[in-house]
Amino acid sequence: MRIVVCVKQVPASSQVTIDPETKRLKREGVAAEMNPFDLYALEEALLLREKLGGRVMALSMGPKQAEATLRECLSMGADEAVLLTDRAFAGSDTWATSYALARAVEALGDTDLVLCGKQAIDGDTAQVGPGLAAHLGWPQVTYVSDVRQTEATHLVVERMNEEGFDVVEVRLPAVLTVVKDINTPRVPTLRACRAARRATVTTLTAQQVNADPANLGLGGSPTRVVKVGPPPARRRKTLVLDGPSESSAERLVHELRMHSIV
Amino acid sequence: MYTPNESDRDPYRNVWVVAEHRDGAIQGVTFELLGAARRLADVRCGEVWCALLGDEVAGLAPDCFQRGADVVLAVERPDLAKFVDDLHAEALAALIEKYRPEIVLSGATARGRALIPRVAVKTCSGLTADCTGLQIDPDTGVLLQTRPAFGGNILATIQSVRHRPQMATVRPRVMGEPQPEPGRTGRLIVEPLAPPNAASPMRVLEEVTARRNTVALTNADFIIAGGRGVRGPRGFDLLHRFASLVGGAVAATRAAVDAGWVDYAFQIGQTGQTVQPQVYMACGVSGQIQHLVGMQSSDLIIAVNRDRNAPIMQLADYAVVGDLFEVLPAMVAALRRL
Repeated sequence: MRIVVCVKQVPASSQVTIDPETKRLKREGVAAEMNPFDLYALEEALLLREKLGGRVMALSMGPKQAEATLRECLSMGADEAVLLTDRAFAGSDTWATSYALARAVEALGDTDLVLCGKQAIDGDTAQVGPGLAAHLGWPQVTYVSDVRQTEATHLVVERMNEEGFDVVEVRLPAVLTVVKDINTPRVPTLRACRAARRATVTTLTAQQVNADPANLGLGGSPTRVVKVGPPPARRRKTLVLDGPSESSAERLVHELRMHSIV
Repeated sequence: MYTPNESDRDPYRNVWVVAEHRDGAIQGVTFELLGAARRLADVRCGEVWCALLGDEVAGLAPDCFQRGADVVLAVERPDLAKFVDDLHAEALAALIEKYRPEIVLSGATARGRALIPRVAVKTCSGLTADCTGLQIDPDTGVLLQTRPAFGGNILATIQSVRHRPQMATVRPRVMGEPQPEPGRTGRLIVEPLAPPNAASPMRVLEEVTARRNTVALTNADFIIAGGRGVRGPRGFDLLHRFASLVGGAVAATRAAVDAGWVDYAFQIGQTGQTVQPQVYMACGVSGQIQHLVGMQSSDLIIAVNRDRNAPIMQLADYAVVGDLFEVLPAMVAALRRL
């Protein structure tokens, strides 16, 4: 089975800054890490390869420094790493990003399965996985929490929703987005980390994946970020209740009644 | 391969809501969106349409009319009874291409967040995820969509000037639910839409309702969350007893989920769910930033913790310094006395 895992480098949670010009998150010169959900996607790909054989390719779209995230994938056991990088991608929204990734998956050829994390923790949109499936014209299953059955032509998986889960059979090739419940990602060995530092990361440009420039970057993106700012601050003061438990409990119940909650 | 839709914005009118229904009932988020759509449509002197996909769903139309829909556009097909992403996406895209709405809204639910991005690619539309605010320019019809990003640490405003329709998924429980207007009615269109020639590459074999809470976290008014301080599954039994008394739902931090005390489905935070209940009561939760980003927009936050310096105590409206194993039973007793 040939599996492509889409990974994204995201700013480390404590270091959010915004580019005043593009109004997008600033990624240059900011401490970065692999999107945590993508670790589960990669681990699932490695587990499927152990079971069925095949190859695991890690694919990322981003600036040159996203290579570090791809090397992390190699250290965990990915066979190949591909960085899709081009000035033409700058400012792409989820529509344009999923378009570019779809062209890259097609250019890589003969893929049976694409795995993504359920969403990236910077944008939190969860739109690229389904968008990628739509651009490829493949089926998708989102929020996958378990792969129950694997065959050469199809998979049976569980997908989570608000009420529980669905059991879904999906024909390959397909795109799955996975949640944290699906596995426990492995920790790479020191030796694997060293080897990954020297390994080759293939670079692909927009032209090399036959992406139409009209569908890329700010110009190819239907949406525009027009304003970015801090969320409105919570202005209420904290009321500390540090008396005996019974009186704190009475007070809370009273407050809940005042708010017509109980 | 992509439908060009930026040449002429004029034919695109009206505000659509993609209905979500389960077990023969329209979900609350759909009513909330009908209320929001009504406000937007009134600014543009347009109509509110409700797209209703499924098997034998036209009977749900009156509920939609009473919450503000002028038109219910139903597709009734057995193959749409369960949520099959590609079939639902193709049907919705076909309706959009035929009737050309200016705006399409859907709940930012598991289904909405799977379905709408797929439709937006097909119709070449701008889509904004997980909006918490919607405003419209009365002249141009451009929708100003506000959404939190980076776990709620920033608020972004997004618009789509050239492409129509403008699409947004909207976080449940942010827009108020309109009161039903008995007797309000509208126009029902049952669209005869043929299924695609080829069978779908996916099949829903089983739909399992698996939860201990009687109300889903995203719909709960009252969430009581436990962390490491709950100390084990038996501690969570206490939280469940409290939840059943106040009609709430139980949730957990990553620590409690990783310890195996609670299923991942109930995890709140960066790698779990984001919720916005009326009351969020955190018990034995220290309040790591990764947890706070999943709940900090709750209306009222109560924290019960033995450590008065825990980060959650700074965020809370009511910070109870004490042992949850004493405070919760005392609250249960006080509630029973009411």
